[in-house]
Amino acid sequence: MAEQYINMNNLAVGYNGKALIHDICIGIEKGEIVTLIGPNGAGKSTILKSITRQLKIISGNVTIAEENLTKLSFRDLSTKMAVVLTERMKPELMTCHDIVATGRYPYTGKLGILSREDEQKVDEAMEAVHAQELGERDFNAISDGQRQRVLLARAICQEPEIIVLDEPTSFLDVRYKLELLSILRNMAKKKGITVIMSLHEIDLAEKVADKIICVKGDRIAHCGKPETIFQEETIRELYGIDNGYFDPVFGSLELPRPEGEPKVFVISSGGSGIPVYRRLQRKNIPFAAGVLYPNDIDYQLARLLAVQTVTEKPFEKISEQTFEEAVKLMDSCESVINAGIIIGSANHRIVELLEKAQQDGKLKSL
Amino acid sequence: MMKSQTGEATGTFHMENFRRRSRYAAVFAVLAAALFAILILNINTGTTNIPVSRILKIVFLREGAQTEYNIIWKIRMPRLLMAAILGGALSLSGFLLQTFFENPIAGPYLLGISSGAKMVVALAMIYFLEKFNKVSSYTLIIAAFIGSLIATGFILLVSRRIKHMATLLIAGTMIGYICSAITDFMVTFAEDSDIVNLHGWSQGSFSGMSWSNVKVAAVIIAVAVVLTFMLSKPIGAYQLGEAYAQSMGVNIKIFRVTLILLSSVLSATVTAFAGPISFVGIAVPHLVKQALNTSRPLIVVPGTFLGGAVFCMLSDLIARTAFAPLELNISTVTSIFGAPVVIAMMLKRQKGRQ
Repeated sequence: MAEQYINMNNLAVGYNGKALIHDICIGIEKGEIVTLIGPNGAGKSTILKSITRQLKIISGNVTIAEENLTKLSFRDLSTKMAVVLTERMKPELMTCHDIVATGRYPYTGKLGILSREDEQKVDEAMEAVHAQELGERDFNAISDGQRQRVLLARAICQEPEIIVLDEPTSFLDVRYKLELLSILRNMAKKKGITVIMSLHEIDLAEKVADKIICVKGDRIAHCGKPETIFQEETIRELYGIDNGYFDPVFGSLELPRPEGEPKVFVISSGGSGIPVYRRLQRKNIPFAAGVLYPNDIDYQLARLLAVQTVTEKPFEKISEQTFEEAVKLMDSCESVINAGIIIGSANHRIVELLEKAQQDGKLKSL
Repeated sequence: MMKSQTGEATGTFHMENFRRRSRYAAVFAVLAAALFAILILNINTGTTNIPVSRILKIVFLREGAQTEYNIIWKIRMPRLLMAAILGGALSLSGFLLQTFFENPIAGPYLLGISSGAKMVVALAMIYFLEKFNKVSSYTLIIAAFIGSLIATGFILLVSRRIKHMATLLIAGTMIGYICSAITDFMVTFAEDSDIVNLHGWSQGSFSGMSWSNVKVAAVIIAVAVVLTFMLSKPIGAYQLGEAYAQSMGVNIKIFRVTLILLSSVLSATVTAFAGPISFVGIAVPHLVKQALNTSRPLIVVPGTFLGGAVFCMLSDLIARTAFAPLELNISTVTSIFGAPVVIAMMLKRQKGRQ
């Protein structure tokens, strides 16, 4: 492997001299967003703490721009790397400005007196995270979401090449999650800052990260681009999911499907079926779906939630065989729901299905 | 964003710092004025009252009636200077311990560190007085330093196992009781002639200070205070927690050891000369921080020292004069003023948590 900006070579990390995770070999490019995912207690924080030198490295090494991490002084490291940690900070009588200003630590003199330039950098960092209005508020008196932004501003103010964040999105509501991640995205791409973080939200990890590291207890299960990592099987195995599904297309998580003989047959296309599927699932009614083309958006969800799905090859006319299958399935169901469907020349035979359901008195419309 | 007359946008960090400076200046001005007023008041009051004009003459021109001159220069001046220096040192020691344990209710008295110092000092006093019939200030300071470190060592051992702060404080109080018990035991079996010395001292008092005491204390404390002031920057980083401090480039191990040594030197010097004094170490840093509305060490360190000096001089004045000619223990006075402050602090913290 060619030398990259950050390299972990046969790294082993753990507590009190005991290695929890062995043989970590990962290279990270400058300006990349790297996200660690994995179940609780798998060792994401342990890895991050070893990179930030809060924990002693057990064996192997980490290099940053070809310099060995353990050979760097804490001071030198502080100009390269800033952190946003999970530990709750309870500073006394400090405004948000003061907290952000601590990021200037490596650049101020012996007594830590802030220059005019330092003050300006603090204001700029506050602006970068859209938190100017928080400046003079007491740090203990603001919300979790605001606090997280201020801590990020603090890290930005340190002007690092690398920012390490341990679960920065926990406690944040959806809006702040998106905002925080897009700020990170901007920093990485515009300023070339390397971002290494752990995330619980795998759906977000898939969307923000350039590289995903799957941490599983004693080892790195996978490492690579999100498009290769986010496969249903990989995620299912990583988290040991046996009670639901992961949909790699949208990165969404689904609860397990209601099992049993299908009671309802849903006819839909182009997304009209999705709310119906969800409603049936919430009521724990097993259902079947059809006739769907695999390139229909409804298919992505029916695949996971429906007990049975009748499909036809994309853009083909519904074949006799498929039609028979659908009729059989429909007959076994108690009712048929027309969730709304666009009928064209290819799927014309849906009309016949609907007519039959009507005759049988099973058809319910929305 | 609004623009002020100077063309500076309000709400910027620069403007905030600008406004804060005037508050700092006001607080320091009040403290300095209080220091001066209490200084004069202290010299002035006592069994002999000396008017201010004559005090100024005696202090600055060194002329006046022999008895008054002696009262001021030999008794009152060393005593009140000692109260000022030791009071400042004690408060600062408290501030350092609060930083170290990340808890505002930590202090040398409550954590049993003063009692540890007292125990070893009592031991040294008895031993040296018996063997050589005298004991030097340095011996007492070293003894107090050793005692402080022993007690601190115990606290640190306990704090490794107990993360909960309240429990740690109880452990400290217990260590304090054990050390006090041992001290009492030694005092009981000491020679009669020593007991007079020991008894007054072990209760805490600024009486009987000499100029040589003042010199020794001043030198040691000056060095410790300057070093503490120079540590303002890492102390500020440490206030955000160990992990953040390290990420800012602080070498945590060295820093923690330095902090403990400095706070021990400060509280040991106090105990060696004036015995254990309660609550100053907690109440003063808290009051000063509230007054300044900041916990920034660069401002709080000198503020705490000054505040401690004022607080202890005032307490000593009350101890001397409240029931004259009877004299109160200094801790009696500091407890009356200090303990309610600590209770108020705890209530406020509890409220903040809900």
